[in-house]
Amino acid sequence: MIRMRARLLVLHVLVLTLLVVLAMRLWQVQVVRGQEFVTRATETRTRTVIVPAVRGQILDSSGRPLVRNKTALVVSVDRTRLSRMPDGGVKVLRKLSAVLDRPVAQLQQRITPCGPGIAKPCWTGSPYQPVPLDEKVDTREALQILERQEEFPGVTAEIHSVRQYPGGRAGAQMLGYLQPVTEAELEKREGLKASFSGVDLVGRDGLEYVYDEALRGKAGLRRVQVDRMGKALGVEEQTTPIAGDHLVTSIDSRVQNVVEKALARTMKAAPSADGGAGVVLDARSGRVVALASAPGYDPAIWAGGISARGYQRLMSEKSGKPLVSRAINGQFAPGSTFKVSSVASMLRAGYPLNGNYSCPGSVMVGGRAFNNFRGIPLGTLDLHMALVKSCDTIFYQAAFEQYTKDGGRSPKKTPKEVFANVARAFGFGSPTGIDLPGESSGRIPDRAWKKDLWNRTSAVNCERSRKGYPEIKDRARAEFLKRLALENCTEGFLLRPGDAANFSIGQGDVLVTPLQLARAYMALVTDGKVRSPRIGWAQVRPDGKVVKTIDVPVVGKLPLSEKERRYIKNALSQVPSDGTAAGAFAGFPMNKVRIGGKTGTAEVWGKKDTAWFASFAPTQNPQYVVVVMISQGGMGGSAAAPAAREIYEGIYGIKRPPAVPGGRLTTRLPAFAPDGTVARG
Amino acid sequence: MTGRTAAVRRPSLLRRVAGEHSAVRRFDGLMLVAVAGLCVIGTLLVWSSTRTWAPGSTGLVKKHLLNQALGVVLCGIVASIDHRAMRAYAPLVFLTSLVGLGLVITPLGATINGSHSWILLGGGFAVQPSEFAKVGLLLITAMLLAQPAEGSDRPRGFDVVLALLAAALTIGLVMLQPDLGTAMVLAVIAASALIIAGVRKRWIAALTTVAGAAVFAVFYFQLLEPYQVARFTAFVDPSVDPRGVGYNSTQSLIAIGSGQLLGKGLLGGGQTTGRFVPEQHTDFIFTVAGEEFGFLGSVTVVLLLGVVLLRGLKIARQCEDRFGTLVAGTIVCWFAFQMFINVGMTIGIMPITGLPLPFVSYGGTATFANLIAVGLLQAIRVRGHSFD
Repeated sequence: MIRMRARLLVLHVLVLTLLVVLAMRLWQVQVVRGQEFVTRATETRTRTVIVPAVRGQILDSSGRPLVRNKTALVVSVDRTRLSRMPDGGVKVLRKLSAVLDRPVAQLQQRITPCGPGIAKPCWTGSPYQPVPLDEKVDTREALQILERQEEFPGVTAEIHSVRQYPGGRAGAQMLGYLQPVTEAELEKREGLKASFSGVDLVGRDGLEYVYDEALRGKAGLRRVQVDRMGKALGVEEQTTPIAGDHLVTSIDSRVQNVVEKALARTMKAAPSADGGAGVVLDARSGRVVALASAPGYDPAIWAGGISARGYQRLMSEKSGKPLVSRAINGQFAPGSTFKVSSVASMLRAGYPLNGNYSCPGSVMVGGRAFNNFRGIPLGTLDLHMALVKSCDTIFYQAAFEQYTKDGGRSPKKTPKEVFANVARAFGFGSPTGIDLPGESSGRIPDRAWKKDLWNRTSAVNCERSRKGYPEIKDRARAEFLKRLALENCTEGFLLRPGDAANFSIGQGDVLVTPLQLARAYMALVTDGKVRSPRIGWAQVRPDGKVVKTIDVPVVGKLPLSEKERRYIKNALSQVPSDGTAAGAFAGFPMNKVRIGGKTGTAEVWGKKDTAWFASFAPTQNPQYVVVVMISQGGMGGSAAAPAAREIYEGIYGIKRPPAVPGGRLTTRLPAFAPDGTVARG
Repeated sequence: MTGRTAAVRRPSLLRRVAGEHSAVRRFDGLMLVAVAGLCVIGTLLVWSSTRTWAPGSTGLVKKHLLNQALGVVLCGIVASIDHRAMRAYAPLVFLTSLVGLGLVITPLGATINGSHSWILLGGGFAVQPSEFAKVGLLLITAMLLAQPAEGSDRPRGFDVVLALLAAALTIGLVMLQPDLGTAMVLAVIAASALIIAGVRKRWIAALTTVAGAAVFAVFYFQLLEPYQVARFTAFVDPSVDPRGVGYNSTQSLIAIGSGQLLGKGLLGGGQTTGRFVPEQHTDFIFTVAGEEFGFLGSVTVVLLLGVVLLRGLKIARQCEDRFGTLVAGTIVCWFAFQMFINVGMTIGIMPITGLPLPFVSYGGTATFANLIAVGLLQAIRVRGHSFD
């Protein structure tokens, strides 16, 4: 018995030890690390359902919606999961049919992949993709599915925001589009990571992209308590979504329509035209009134997810890349419209404003003949008439003289490069800073640019100069290309006299975007200040309160005196009546509204000419700056100017109801009623 | 009531049960209070964890209360028997439990929750003979080892061999089910009986070595046979669990940890309500205590179990006969082991093993066996030693 008692004593100590161990571990788990487990418990116990905020609308200057917002609930079925069920998912479909009030057979048919012998409506998409069954679900039905996931395995109800475009194709590139958020973007948006799902759409282009944050609003959360099987037990936490702000733009939807129509008609009239752009700026505020690009597309294609084929079509060369906005991404030689910059360059180089200049049919520059249009001599002209008649040789001579002054082929250490620098002061060669993404900067080909290009291309050119172009059948052309390669190889870093001459009339390597040209003309015909145009005017809360007014910043100044500027503007004012655009504007009631402008016809190697018309109206105190560009359209006077005329006729109501009654644009934001509707009046 | 009438009448039942010289007076009250406390807590936890099975139901509470009531009756009956007389019944009890275990592997046996250890009685009732086997084994080993060798206070070698055979037979039958948890408890019962009985240390060392080698051999064997590994996984994790072996352990830690100091209140545990921890009314019932009653509540459960154990040890020490001491000591080891493994697995310091928490977990046969064991302890306390 003594031995037993001794062993019991050991047991006693052991039992006490076990009790202490348990108590200590409990203290550690529950008290020391308790908070950690509370967090983890919340994570496992709850499921967060996102209630997306209603996205703000994009409105025109008088409150008409350019982009409206509609939310649609989409119920989709995961075919793969259904087919793995023992009964092939029939039970789930039966339940679903009760909720959606549709016959089972119909649902069955909708989810069957299309194939031989299977009649529509069948599923045309990938067999592994969830099949959207019903897009017009009401919230109550969707919640039945969302909150009882365990009864609907493989079925999801998602809230999709569907954008509506009352204007159809009008301004599609400018408005942009929405696409599902990517994984990388989710990573960046800490905190809400869990709450953003595949249903979440973000602005991908255009205004939707730039103003995405304001438009999106704040999604609401519903934290639902669930059990192990995912069955909802109750709502733990709920935050209501905050609707996104509306974006009021300075776009006038009526003017936008006029521009779209004019572009479309012009494109049709010039069968070789492969693209066009129309820009209308409000000269008095620096804001954008219309921004159009052709070919266009219907942005409704993005709603509910774009198909691979639809996307291919949007991106393809064959369909003319309708996603690309020619207004901000089209880079073309500006032709004679660029001469306003060249006149300014001459003035800055010291040529007198009131001087007379000889305009021969042809001049020799660097051993090559440079001709006027069709080689026609125009006699002696002042700068005014040089612009009106669009003489080339005056500018060739001046540019060549400046080129020589800078040292010509063996340039000075610090060449003045007046023509390039003045062009930059006009805003060319750099993005305008408009509130759209991915704007192109154009190109000012100065000496530094040449050198840079040579550095990048000399290796290829030098190789070609030795090996030639054996793959090209045409002997003469191959020989020409070989000589060109040799020239580029040996002296491609040099700005040649011909480069300088071409630059002065907006040909050769100089490239501008229609928007750049428009804002340069706007500066020229208003106060000489170069602005960064804006489409967005104000961000307005859904209840009508203006959150933020978007200003139009001044980013530069033309290198012209007031007198010089007026001189050029006056010259331009004569072009539609007496100059190169006279034909296009024949019969236009100039007494009612006088138009000023400049045509441009830029040669593009191997293609038809680019047609330009940069204009403004009325010439006294201009309200509008209108630029039209037609790629491969032909002559500026005959291809682009008529489109501009049509735009002015639409705005002012020549032989039709005016788009802008009285021709004066509104200067006040649309008034919102407290319920968020726009009070029209 | 006057003295005169009392003198002529037979003493009332109440008087006989609670009277001055009654055995009831000599019960270990503190242990009974602790056991009662554990039973009440268990009932609340079973309610909390099973009421969600169907809306508006009280879950398994009624059945649990019935089990407990039956258990109390059994406890009372056992407590009223002289434990020394029980020595004579020990072989009978043991053989009966072996028959029960044998029946489980015949077509009469049924599989519930993935373990084939039940005999269905009809009417929704079922017994788990392996729970009774604990009592059977501890009685037979105590009976065999209680008789010391001539002129020694150690058991006879022959008896030790017999005890080992009895243990091997019982464990073997349980392993056929298979029920690793119960087999481990049976091993602990046999081992503790041997140790307490005073078997030589080198024998114990030798047995430990053999057991260790056997365990190693089993592991080694199972490493060679993939299906054996899979079966071992089923041992470790008795619930059908698609999300891996770690799921139970993680979920029970989360449930207990999130209870913090004071708990979320009875029926207030989100993890319990959501049934994230599997088997939370049986093997994992401690997680409900941890979540809903917090550290204070779960430590109370451990302390109440501690009271049972320490009082049991006291009974063992005070018992004047070897049989009583052995039975009491072995019961303490059984409860201690089951408590430590069960609570330990829910707080991540022990591997997951399918064992119920004594007096707290839902389960009829286990409740009966536990309360019978309490009855045994009380019987030993009442008659094991002279009071003053």
